[in-house]
Amino acid sequence: MTTDASTAAAVSYREALTQAMREELERDPNVFLIGEDIGLFEGSFKVTRGLLHEFGPARVVDTPISEAGFVGLGIGAAMSGLRPVIELMTVNFSIVAMDQIVNNAAKVRYMFGGQVSVPLVIRMPGGAGHQLGAQHSHSLEAWFTHVPGLKVVCPSTPYDAKGLLKTAIRDDDPVIFLESEGLYAKKGPVGGPDDLVPFGQAIVRRSGAHCTIVALSRMVWIALDAADTLAAEGIECEVVDPRTTRPLDLQTIADSVRRTNHCVVVDEGWPECGLAANIATHVYEACFDWLDAPIVRVNAADVPMPYARNLEQAALPRQEDVAAAVRATLARGA
Amino acid sequence: MADAPTPQDTIPAPAADADLMRQMFATIHLIRTFEERAAEEYMRGNIGGFLHLAIGEEAAVVGSVMALRPTDPITSTYREHGQALARGSDPRAVMAELFGRATGLCGGHGGSMHLMDRERFFFGGYGIVGGSVPLAVGLGFAISYRHEDGVALVMFGDGATNQGVLMESMNMAKLWNLPVIFFCLNNQYGMGTAVDRASAETELFKRADAFDMPSRRVDGMDVMAVYQAVTDAAHHARTEQEPSMIEAIAYRYRGHSMSDPDRTRPEEEKARWHARDPLITFERVLLGEGTVTAEDLTAIRDRNSSTVEDAVAFANDSPVADDATLADDVYAHPWTDDPRGSAEMPQVRP
Ligand SMILES: Cc1ncc(C[n+]2csc(CCOP(=O)(O)OP(=O)(O)O)c2C)c(N)n1
Ligand SMILES: [Mg+2]
Repeated sequence: MTTDASTAAAVSYREALTQAMREELERDPNVFLIGEDIGLFEGSFKVTRGLLHEFGPARVVDTPISEAGFVGLGIGAAMSGLRPVIELMTVNFSIVAMDQIVNNAAKVRYMFGGQVSVPLVIRMPGGAGHQLGAQHSHSLEAWFTHVPGLKVVCPSTPYDAKGLLKTAIRDDDPVIFLESEGLYAKKGPVGGPDDLVPFGQAIVRRSGAHCTIVALSRMVWIALDAADTLAAEGIECEVVDPRTTRPLDLQTIADSVRRTNHCVVVDEGWPECGLAANIATHVYEACFDWLDAPIVRVNAADVPMPYARNLEQAALPRQEDVAAAVRATLARGA
Repeated sequence: MADAPTPQDTIPAPAADADLMRQMFATIHLIRTFEERAAEEYMRGNIGGFLHLAIGEEAAVVGSVMALRPTDPITSTYREHGQALARGSDPRAVMAELFGRATGLCGGHGGSMHLMDRERFFFGGYGIVGGSVPLAVGLGFAISYRHEDGVALVMFGDGATNQGVLMESMNMAKLWNLPVIFFCLNNQYGMGTAVDRASAETELFKRADAFDMPSRRVDGMDVMAVYQAVTDAAHHARTEQEPSMIEAIAYRYRGHSMSDPDRTRPEEEKARWHARDPLITFERVLLGEGTVTAEDLTAIRDRNSSTVEDAVAFANDSPVADDATLADDVYAHPWTDDPRGSAEMPQVRP
C-alpha cells in the first residue's frame, strides 16, 4: 500500500490527520485551520492537538458556534486564494451550513465561468455507533456525493487519511473530507510528507474470486471481518474500497465484479437514494452481462438513529449482515 | 467575565411563598442528586452516548421552569434532565431513558439528549445548537393563533446566541408579538470556548435590542432572582403579547459532557463559582429566613436520595427497548411493519 517504506511506526488515524495538517501548514502559508474549539480545546476529537501552539491563533482559528457563517467565510477566503481547512465538529452540524456548501462552495466556479476557484477542505467526523442518538449519528456521504462541484473523500485507514487529506488541501476544488468517529483510534502505517493518495483511485483491500464487496470508511473493516468469516466457509471475497465517492473509481470496482460475477455494496447511510444504491446502479450499468445474481445492498436501517444500545446495533450494518448478503447473492447465482 | 446582573424595570409579580421556596429547594436538590447519580451510572456503562450535566446551573433551571404554568410549553437543549425533572417528569422514566430502556420517557429512542414529556408540555431537548429556538417561536405562534394565554419558553446556551437562527427567531417573535421567552442560560462557556472568545458583544441580553425586544440579565445562581425575572416576563407576554429575553448568568461545575476532562477552565474561576453553589446559598437563605428547618432539609435530602435510588433500580430492572420497536414512530401511519426499518422502503411481492 505504501509507495516507500516511509514511517514504519503505526500511527493512529487521528494522528495521521494531524500530521497531514501540520505538514501542509508548514508547506504553504496560505493554508489555515478554522473551526469550533479546534485551538485552545484542541478539537473535540483532538485531531488538531498541538497545532494552535505550533502555528498560532492567526492560522488556527477558533470560531463561535456559527457554522453557516464560518463555512461561508471559508468559501470567501478560498475565492481570494487562501486554502482554508475547516473543521466541522461533526458531520451533523454541516446541515446547518448546507446552503453555503451546496449553493456557494460547489457552484461559484461554474456559475461565474471559471473565474474563481474554491480550494477549500471541510473536514468532519461522522457515523454512528456511540449511542449519540438521532441528531448526532449521520452518515451523509450520499448527500455530498449528489452535488456536482464537490469532491468527496472517505478514508478508511491512517495511510489514506493522511495521504488523502494532503491531496485535499492541495486540490483547487472544494473537498468534503468525511472522517469516521469510529476509526480515530485505529492504527497503521502512514506515508511521509510527499506521499499523496490521489482521488478517484480505489484500492483492493483483500482479493477473492467469489464475490466483490464494495465498502467505504468504517464499513471497510466490517467487510473485511465478514470476508474472514466467509473464508472459513470457503467463500472468497474481494473487498474494494473506493476511498473517494466523487470522483468514483468505477473501473477498479467493475474489473473486480467482472471477475467475481457477484457484488455486495455496504454503506452506513440510509438505503433510499443512498451511496450503495448509487454504486450498485453504476455496477449494473457497467457489468450487467457479467452479474450472476442481483447486487445486494447493506445499509443502516431506514430509521433515524435510535439511542438505546441494542436498537442502535440493530440499525447499523453488522458484519453478520454483510456475510448474509454475500451468502444470499451467491445462493441466487448458483 | 460576567458578574452582577443589571436590574431593569420589571412588572411586579407576587412573591413566592414558603411552600414554593421549599419546593424549589427540593427540586434543585433532586436535580443535583439525580445528575450526580447519572454520572456514576455513566461511568459504569449503564448510560451511553453523551451525558451533559447541569450541575451548578440548577437554580436557573428551577427558577425558570417553576415560574411558568404547567401548561406553558418549554424546549431545551441536550442539557435538559433538569427541565424534565422540574416539570415533574417521573424520575424513573427519565433515568430509564438514560439507560435506553423500554420504560424511558421516549422508549429508548431518545436518550439523555432527547428527553420529551409532551403530557407535561416539555417539548423536548435537542442536539443541534440553536436548533430548538424556532420551535419555541412556533409553540408561541400556536398559542397566539388559538388565542390562548400560554407562554413558550426556550432555554438555550450562551454559545447558541451566535447561531443565525436565534436572530431569525427573535425577529419573528417580536414582529408578530408572540408570547415567547428567550431564556439564555449563560454558563459562560460553549464547550471549551469562553463567551468573550466567541461573542463580540458579551452582554448577551443585548441581542434583543436589535429587535426592540425587552431583555435583562439576572443572577442565574439565585433561584429567586430567576424566578422573579421569568414571572415578570411571562406576565408581560400574557398581558402585552410581547416576547422578551432573559440572560441568566450561571456556571457549570462539570466538563461540557462526561467525555470532557475540563482541563482548560481556570481553577481559580471554578472555585469562585463553587463558592456560590445554588444548593448551598439557597439553603442558607431558607434557613436564615426560617423558611425551612434543619429537619426539613434532612427530610428533603432523604426523600430525594430514595427517589433517585428507586429511579436507578427501576431503570436497571426495566427491559431493554424491544428490537421490534426499531422502526416504530418513523411515521404516524407507516405502510410496512418490517422490524429492520424499511419504514418507507418500496416493497415488491415475490
Ligand atoms: C450546530 C451545532 N454545532 C456544534 C455542536 C456541538 N456542540 C454541542 S454543545 C456545544 C456548546 C454549546 O454551548 P452553549 O450553547 O453555551 O450551551 P452549553 O453546552 O454551555 O449548555 C457545541 C459546540 C452542536 N451540537 N450543534
Ligand atoms: Mg454555555
